[in-house]
Amino acid sequence: MRFSGPAIQTPAHGKNHVFKDIEHLIRLAAVMAIGLIAFIVLRAAVVPRSFGQYGHYRGAAIAEAAAHPISYAGHTVCEGCHTDVVEQKKLGKHVGVPCEACHGPLAKHADDPASVTPPKLDTAVLCARCHEANSAKPKWFPQVVTADHSGGVACDTCHQPHKPRIEDEKTAASGRKN
Amino acid sequence: MQIPVEGFMYPNEVELQWSVLIVLYPYITGLVAGAFILASLERVFRVEAVKPTYRLALLTALSFLLVAPMPLQLHLGHPERSFEMYLTPHRSSAMAMFGFVYLWYLMAVLLLEIWLDYRRDIVLKAQTSQGFTRLLYRLLSLGSNNISERSLRIDERLGYFITLIGIPSAFLLHGYVGFIFGSVKANPWWSSPLMPIVFIFSAMVSGIAAVMLLYMLTTHLRTRTIDMRCVDTIARYLLYTFVIDFSLEMLDLLQRIYEADESFRSLDFMVHTRLWTSQVIIQILLGTVTPIVLLGLTQVLTLTDTARKRIYAIAGSLTVVGIFAMRWNVVIGGQLFSKSFLGYTTYKMGFATREGLLTAIVLMILPFGILWVLVKLLPPWPDAGSLPASGTTPAHGTT
Repeated sequence: MRFSGPAIQTPAHGKNHVFKDIEHLIRLAAVMAIGLIAFIVLRAAVVPRSFGQYGHYRGAAIAEAAAHPISYAGHTVCEGCHTDVVEQKKLGKHVGVPCEACHGPLAKHADDPASVTPPKLDTAVLCARCHEANSAKPKWFPQVVTADHSGGVACDTCHQPHKPRIEDEKTAASGRKN
Repeated sequence: MQIPVEGFMYPNEVELQWSVLIVLYPYITGLVAGAFILASLERVFRVEAVKPTYRLALLTALSFLLVAPMPLQLHLGHPERSFEMYLTPHRSSAMAMFGFVYLWYLMAVLLLEIWLDYRRDIVLKAQTSQGFTRLLYRLLSLGSNNISERSLRIDERLGYFITLIGIPSAFLLHGYVGFIFGSVKANPWWSSPLMPIVFIFSAMVSGIAAVMLLYMLTTHLRTRTIDMRCVDTIARYLLYTFVIDFSLEMLDLLQRIYEADESFRSLDFMVHTRLWTSQVIIQILLGTVTPIVLLGLTQVLTLTDTARKRIYAIAGSLTVVGIFAMRWNVVIGGQLFSKSFLGYTTYKMGFATREGLLTAIVLMILPFGILWVLVKLLPPWPDAGSLPASGTTPAHGTT
């Protein structure tokens, strides 16, 4: 027995004797039960009804996300008007890059081309996002140390972003001469 | 802030994601598990000599356990969201399931064991104190003043059973932390099935050393005599556990050296450069070999009580520092090298930031503040009176 001090003797009352000895444990069990019930009630109250409908997330979140206004028009919408750019892109490496990957979300412009004009892009910053040299990038991917390559000069001074290879233009020019 | 990088690092490896707070988290949970294991020595394994530290070990475990989730809360941000892991448990996430391991250990093991052990004292204090103190103890006693001999015997049996469950729970609590690291298969510094086992033993080492130091310090502060039989026994168990812990770590190291997989050269270079001070000097030489040798000396030489006390104090202090260094080397070391094995980064610790040094220091001091409050509320001293001085009933010995 761990305790060494005197215990307070409580008088036994027949059938109640056993109950009295574990009375504190019954109180403890009651506190735990109250805690558990409170948790179950709280859980029922705060966990969204659609939680777990499709997976470990709120099912209704899909409809809510779908209800957000569309920001991106999609490249097929752009290509409906900008046919000259489509032709240009077909000749270059950026043929697979969707318009809004560089120009940003332009659904509003597509809806109302006259009043919503896309902002002019700063190619010195924009191009470096993909083409800044980094050893982690595959060797075949075109990349430069922009500080050495252009020294802050905008890339579109020399490169046409929709058909970026300068050599192609030279070849095309020499082809025309011939 | 420019982070010095040597060689090649992938872009997402340059800045460390797990800070000093994630070092504190396994350190603190380790102290909890270790302190509890020490308490169980007396309760389950009937090592009577360590009895004077039984209650102190339990209160220490509780103080540190209350602080254990705080580094995680600070690291992740949005502490209000942490409750959601209980509301919508994600069974396939090891980290989310830790919430349940923590809750189980806190509510079903530690609080229950402390309550059952202190219940007699709580009831007596409720009967003899006044005002707010009386209300507090009444609340703690759940309104019951039943401390008949039979009810206390029931408490004793139940407490024994809870300690019995508590031992695997303590192993689970800290083994789980090791499991989290050990199961990161992309990181060769962490990925090892030995990790949970090494974590458990290092937890026991740090917890036992911490309680031994706390016992010696508090006894000294209370101007009482240190029970040499008690500290000798604790030191002996500390030595045994330490030897097992060190053997396991060396086994892991030998296996890595012999296996020498593709990560080995990179990790070996890291240990010889960036981790040299924290791993080889602090963790291994000062934090492991020196305390083992010191504790070993006390076993083979006949030393005076004063000499032994000094050795225990030095060995204990070196041990808690060494285990902290071990956590540091695991957590920080595991993020310093590139998964390409071609480069190394540097850990830049902030000072007065959310995950900075100051926060870490406050978090390490906090458990001692909580322990101070708990000790005031529930005195763990074997020689302390059960009743407050103002009580009308004479004081009784406890435990």
